[in-house]
Amino acid sequence: MVNAVINGMAVEVEKGTTILDAAKKVQVKIPTLCKHPDLTASAACGLCIVRLTGSNKMLRACSTPLEEGMDIVTHDPEIIDVRRTIVELILSNHPNDCLKCGRNGDCELQTLVAEFGIREERFEKILKDIPKDDSTGTMVLEPQKCIKCGRCVEVCQDMQDVWALSFLERGFHTRISPAGDIKLADSPCVRCGQCAAHCPTGAIFEKDDVEKVWKAIQDPEKYCVVQIAPAVRVAIGEAFGFKPGTNLTRKLYALLKRIGFKAVFDTNFGADVTIMEEGSEFVQRFVHKKGKLPLITTCCPSWVDFMEKFHGDMIDYFSSCKSPHEILGVLSKTYYAQEKKIDPAKMVVVSIMPCTSKKYEITRTNEMFASGYQDVDIVLTTRELARMVKQSGLDFADLPEEDPDHMLGDYTGAGVIFGATGGVMEAALRTAYFMVTEEKLPKVQFTSVRGLKGIKETVIRIGESDIRIAVAHGLANVEYVLQRVREAIQRNEEPPYHFIEVMACLGGCVGGGGQPYGVTDELRKLRAQGLYHDDENQEIRCSHDNPYVQKLYHEFLGKPLGKRSHELLHTEYHPRPIYRK
Amino acid sequence: METAELKETVQNIVNEWKDREGNLIMILHQIQNRYGYVPREVSLQLSELLDIPLARIYEVLTFYHYFKIVKPGKHRVSVCMGTACYLNGAPGLLNELEHLLGVSAGETTQDGLFQVEVVRCLGCCGLAPVMTVDGKIFSSVQKDDIAKILSDYSHKEPIFSSGDTGSQA
Repeated sequence: MVNAVINGMAVEVEKGTTILDAAKKVQVKIPTLCKHPDLTASAACGLCIVRLTGSNKMLRACSTPLEEGMDIVTHDPEIIDVRRTIVELILSNHPNDCLKCGRNGDCELQTLVAEFGIREERFEKILKDIPKDDSTGTMVLEPQKCIKCGRCVEVCQDMQDVWALSFLERGFHTRISPAGDIKLADSPCVRCGQCAAHCPTGAIFEKDDVEKVWKAIQDPEKYCVVQIAPAVRVAIGEAFGFKPGTNLTRKLYALLKRIGFKAVFDTNFGADVTIMEEGSEFVQRFVHKKGKLPLITTCCPSWVDFMEKFHGDMIDYFSSCKSPHEILGVLSKTYYAQEKKIDPAKMVVVSIMPCTSKKYEITRTNEMFASGYQDVDIVLTTRELARMVKQSGLDFADLPEEDPDHMLGDYTGAGVIFGATGGVMEAALRTAYFMVTEEKLPKVQFTSVRGLKGIKETVIRIGESDIRIAVAHGLANVEYVLQRVREAIQRNEEPPYHFIEVMACLGGCVGGGGQPYGVTDELRKLRAQGLYHDDENQEIRCSHDNPYVQKLYHEFLGKPLGKRSHELLHTEYHPRPIYRK
Repeated sequence: METAELKETVQNIVNEWKDREGNLIMILHQIQNRYGYVPREVSLQLSELLDIPLARIYEVLTFYHYFKIVKPGKHRVSVCMGTACYLNGAPGLLNELEHLLGVSAGETTQDGLFQVEVVRCLGCCGLAPVMTVDGKIFSSVQKDDIAKILSDYSHKEPIFSSGDTGSQA
């Protein structure tokens, strides 16, 4: 432990604790624009400077560990003045577009400008004319709004191991861009949106499709339906003052109906169907030895894109099963449309997702048009839905609780945990257990796959067999798992795992790139807890027990992995170049 | 430059440096010296051979002014913007160059003949303002001299020594 003094108050912290974190112990918040709890300190912005008594030097609190006997001053008139000057200097290279900026009202720079009471611009404005990049169709990069904090670069390179973004040049000419100033769509970018979720300003922002949705709802020729992903329900409340992790599923159903959707579905139902297919796929490969092991999950489009670009040799191990919202999309325009006698040509399927990558997924390959139409038409992120709610004038907190459309809306506990890391694996194991043993699970939960550890390896006993599994989240954690698989293949050994789950974002979809800002591990935990509580409260907790899933197979699909399932619910993968230019 | 030949050259340079610390910069130096720039196809090949992301290679390439990523012009025209030259009218010289050639500093004319760049202090402040063409120094240059200097080089072969960028970056 280290004993020191901050602002005259004694403080005791563990060795290695930064001054920034130590100050929180004495209720002091030191401002910063570059340090994010997910990332190591880069000491880029200089806002967190503090004074060490007895020294002329100012220290950066984010990157300086508190040392024994230090006497630190975090706030005095001179420090505040220096900080104000830093903000003013940043502002001198930042456009005054706040009123029209997507981050208006939710911007870390704007907040600081307000807190420091900056009313005038002392320094000459010098803006660089670097064009916007909206090539990915999921995020828009506006280099002019970039304050060079470096969070996105750290996220892209270290957390996600994608290396789409880099710091090019230096000094005043520094800019965030893919190698060689190419467009993001031609770079390795997998559209996970973690750059946007960590950006303190509006320099990287999701492509806003809210207006498209309003237009579709308003169009009398269209039949607009909507689905919500598991992770959305436990995060959207943060935009309306609810405690993180509060489950707002049934309020969301009411809200979406009031907004004007003709039917409200739940992606959790799609997840239950995914499990029927993927669980069967696993049983086929594991028990009947048809196909390669390990089986690797494919619900996450950023992971799919990453694998196609960086790990093309692993394609044979991928589950061919589509992601839950794509499954729900195609079922909406076939099964539901037939049953309700709606012309699928007039249907518009909107998916509310915690994810920016889903905007890309909906046109990823021809299989995303399996219904004969584009299966999902528009994707909104959680953040976009929050804005839409505010535009609608509805008092979200006071809305009654309602039901979804049962046919594609009733879900099990297995479906809802899809939104957390380990959730797809756990849901699949519950059904695989039944498929292998034809017995009911004595204990439904597989807690060893839960939690925020980057790589979770465990062995689960099903019947007479041990199933070796690995769960990885945050793309940088994938390499280790795949490397083990590759080594085993090379040595002609048994695979180290039978089943692998990967989600691109830390914490899984609850930490998705389209979720409300300010994510930390604490928030990821609370959001995941919200999902696990929902699971515990469900009467039915295994996908194969969902009566509406059973009805779907009985009346429409036939058997899992049957002909119709293959036509509608499965897809293919192809290696893609890392750089297109 | 033949692609196969280029690939082989790069492979040879990598073989020489592969297991040494700090090899990326040394390899890039050799490429730069040999070709006057680091072509994108070379960076892509290096990325694969060294298992270094292309983004990191470009971070290095663009951080140091020494490295170029676009093919240099046949003749390199450098205007010194060091303090002495600056005060003696270098900005006017640059303006005139940009005007005559229709390019900005850092760019190459469309016919590939001239490349204009700004350098910081060539170490002969007594001759200010100074500009160089292919390393040859022109001293006390006046705006009106520039057209003549350029026209002399329009048909000349470059005496470009590959390692010399004339810059103190």
